[in-house]
Amino acid sequence: MTGSILFMLIIVLGGIAWFFGRVKASRFSADNKKRRAVHSLPNYHGWYVALWTIGPALLFLMIWNTASPALITDAALTSPAAEQLPQDPFARGAILAEARSIASGQQVQAFNPLSQSMVEPYRTAISYYRTLGMVAALLLVFACGAFGWLRLKPELRARTKIERATMVLLLFASLIATITTIGIFVSLIFESARFFSMVSPIDFLFGTEWNPKAVAGPRGETGFGAIPLFWGTVFIGAIIAMIVAIPLGLMSAIYLTQYAPPNFRAWMKPILEVLAGVPTVVYGYFAALTVAPALRDFAVSIGISGASSESALAAGVVMGIMIIPFVSSMADDSIAAVPSAMRDGSLAMGATKSETIKKVLIPAALPGVVGGVLLAVSRAIGETMIVVMAAGLAANMTANPFSSVTTVTTQIVKLLTGDQEFDSPKTLAAFALGLVLFIVTLLLNLIALRVVKKYREAYE
Amino acid sequence: MNSSATFVEERNPTDWQSRAMQQRIRKRYAAERRFKALGISAIILSAGFLAFLMIVMVGNGLRGFTQTELPVEIDFPAMTGGASADQFKGANGPANLRTLGVQDIVNTSVQIQYGEEGSELFSAGGWQTVNQEILKNPQIVETKTTLYLPVESEIDVAFKGSGSETAEDMVAELKDQLSTGFNWNFLTNSDATDPMQVGIWGALKGSLITMFITLLIAFPIGVLSALYLEEYAPKNRFTDLIEVSINNLAAVPSIIFGLLGLAVFLNLFGLPRSAALVGGLTLALMTMPVIVISGRNAVKAVPPSIREAALGIGASQMQVVFHHVLPLALPGILTGTIIGMARALGETAPLLMIGMRAFIATPPGGIVEPATVLPVQIFLWSDEVNRGFVEKTSAAIIVLLLFLLTMNALAIYLRNRFETRW
Repeated sequence: MTGSILFMLIIVLGGIAWFFGRVKASRFSADNKKRRAVHSLPNYHGWYVALWTIGPALLFLMIWNTASPALITDAALTSPAAEQLPQDPFARGAILAEARSIASGQQVQAFNPLSQSMVEPYRTAISYYRTLGMVAALLLVFACGAFGWLRLKPELRARTKIERATMVLLLFASLIATITTIGIFVSLIFESARFFSMVSPIDFLFGTEWNPKAVAGPRGETGFGAIPLFWGTVFIGAIIAMIVAIPLGLMSAIYLTQYAPPNFRAWMKPILEVLAGVPTVVYGYFAALTVAPALRDFAVSIGISGASSESALAAGVVMGIMIIPFVSSMADDSIAAVPSAMRDGSLAMGATKSETIKKVLIPAALPGVVGGVLLAVSRAIGETMIVVMAAGLAANMTANPFSSVTTVTTQIVKLLTGDQEFDSPKTLAAFALGLVLFIVTLLLNLIALRVVKKYREAYE
Repeated sequence: MNSSATFVEERNPTDWQSRAMQQRIRKRYAAERRFKALGISAIILSAGFLAFLMIVMVGNGLRGFTQTELPVEIDFPAMTGGASADQFKGANGPANLRTLGVQDIVNTSVQIQYGEEGSELFSAGGWQTVNQEILKNPQIVETKTTLYLPVESEIDVAFKGSGSETAEDMVAELKDQLSTGFNWNFLTNSDATDPMQVGIWGALKGSLITMFITLLIAFPIGVLSALYLEEYAPKNRFTDLIEVSINNLAAVPSIIFGLLGLAVFLNLFGLPRSAALVGGLTLALMTMPVIVISGRNAVKAVPPSIREAALGIGASQMQVVFHHVLPLALPGILTGTIIGMARALGETAPLLMIGMRAFIATPPGGIVEPATVLPVQIFLWSDEVNRGFVEKTSAAIIVLLLFLLTMNALAIYLRNRFETRW
């Protein structure tokens, strides 16, 4: 907690610096001789001093926080207790990690007596470096704050400097999205590479047996064939969900844009959009509690064997319903983009409204609709909670919608919840699955956007 | 050679009154009506599903806000040996109460009234209700009082609807004594193993802390990037890269953000598992693109005349943006932010990845303490076998939906109230 107190303190000191900078600068314009030379408003001088006060100290703390763990470990290793540590790097690392978490208060009891002996050196090292960091940061606050304050002159171009700093901030803020994208990509690739060093990518991508529990040794694993998961994902997300979502979404969009009175449309559209706003965990619960048992009873009553209470159909139908507003709003947009001359022409020829829609509007809007459907598919296959709660865990390769299948997202959740060892192929497999999911959704999105864009250009 | 003029075909004008034509028109009109009916039925089906979902959740969930109670007569003066009400007033109250041994007092009273097996009728944590009563109104320890305590979960389920056979029998036996009261514990307690004692306050508090962190990070970054991209960014490859990554992030499945949080925040930075801080950071990365995209639209909607007027009277580029464009675009940005936050509030999957699914029996006290959030709590309860959890899960869903509804209503209000059409 000391970290956040220090942070607060620095911010407060920055506020004080702002005040003093402002006070000093407002004297400039009071003095008639200096008045003509003043470049910036007092406010900007205040910000200038505040920036000098806060900036270097925060930068220092950021660097310090990344560097100090290594320094602390080094310091702790020079203590006499460290001589008893085993030479094996893995065992050594485990003991040090345990000792560190006890010393910083995250863990109470040590499992290894050796780590207990290392706790004290760690504790002293941590408190030593923490105090050092705090003192240095505070010194920096005062030194740089004073430096900035002393530099305040009527001629100081404080506004230009502040604006330049703001510009850097703006650029940095917009870079975060790029950093995040890169971060996702790198972390997935990195962890997947570790997985593929244990399991061959061919076995993973084309194997048909998924059973991570059966894995025993560090080499020659079986049970990581992901084809059943891919099939389950496609079956639920791209087949069943779309069979529900495309007709319902398309017909709703057509009715709302072509037939419905404006009043009805104004009410109905937001109501349908609520379907997309309901949290997926609610859909999942609904699918598992109400839809799945009903479908199972139905299947049993018409004599389908192998009906499971965790059926692909229940998850798919509910997911399809969640996707309806998505399909419908994309269809809405693309139908609206068809030039009205085409529609009017058809109507003038004597075609009925439905004939115009079926033979003119939909064919013309088709690329946009297809793009929308692709986006909807990419959303459906990345959807997690509905399938986790309603689709089951059995990796079946079946086309029977009443039986249980599993999906990529379900298995990611399954592999990463519960006991985690970070080097086992079981945990790393989740990242490989995540990588596949990421790449597939990315491709689907790119293709969909391109299709939509091409088609927009065609009518412009 | 064949000039077009020679090709005029001799045709009889169509006889619209003929039977064949009339039939054909009837058929076409029938197809028109069918198509229209298809459209309206698609809408009715979708809206009907939504209504069905709501009815099921409310129907199941409203019962979760009530509890079945049995009266217990407690003779405090006899059992406590004359404790005075003053002991339980003020700051020392809770400490003194602990030494009183309320649990034993309640157990004995129950056994006196309902026989040896009486304790089995009541929820195991029910005596805590007595604790709360004493703290609320210390006077009762000087008198003989009748308090209503929550019954055991099976009986509760049986009384409200359909339970197991043995529980139904018990309900039939106690019929005239059982009563229904509002379940305040549901709003003030945290997770527990006994469905009669669970509450949503812990999860709700976790959600609020997480949302606060999300807002704190995603809002400034989102607004600043939107301003940069709309107002300053030069048209070059670098800007394209930023735009592409923002649009991509908005379409990345949420579970991938969970994997990122796990790999980077937990394993690389070593932040504590299950903490609201990590959850908030992960959700912030997810919400930020939504804010950027809506923010850009809002900034774009501010007419250039405003910028030119400000520039014309000598404002710098930065002053134009921060003093004029941003305040005018703010309602639109806020609308987008609220919608993004509502999505983050309902998000479950990424939080499961970073371990916010632990059993948390006390509300989190800070941003690095283990916490859970409302949707995850719903997920955890939905996995419980005990039938008493069904109505609690639905009740938690009602609370979550109410929050989302409020946020969306606020967004619509903001849009209608402040949005200017230029």
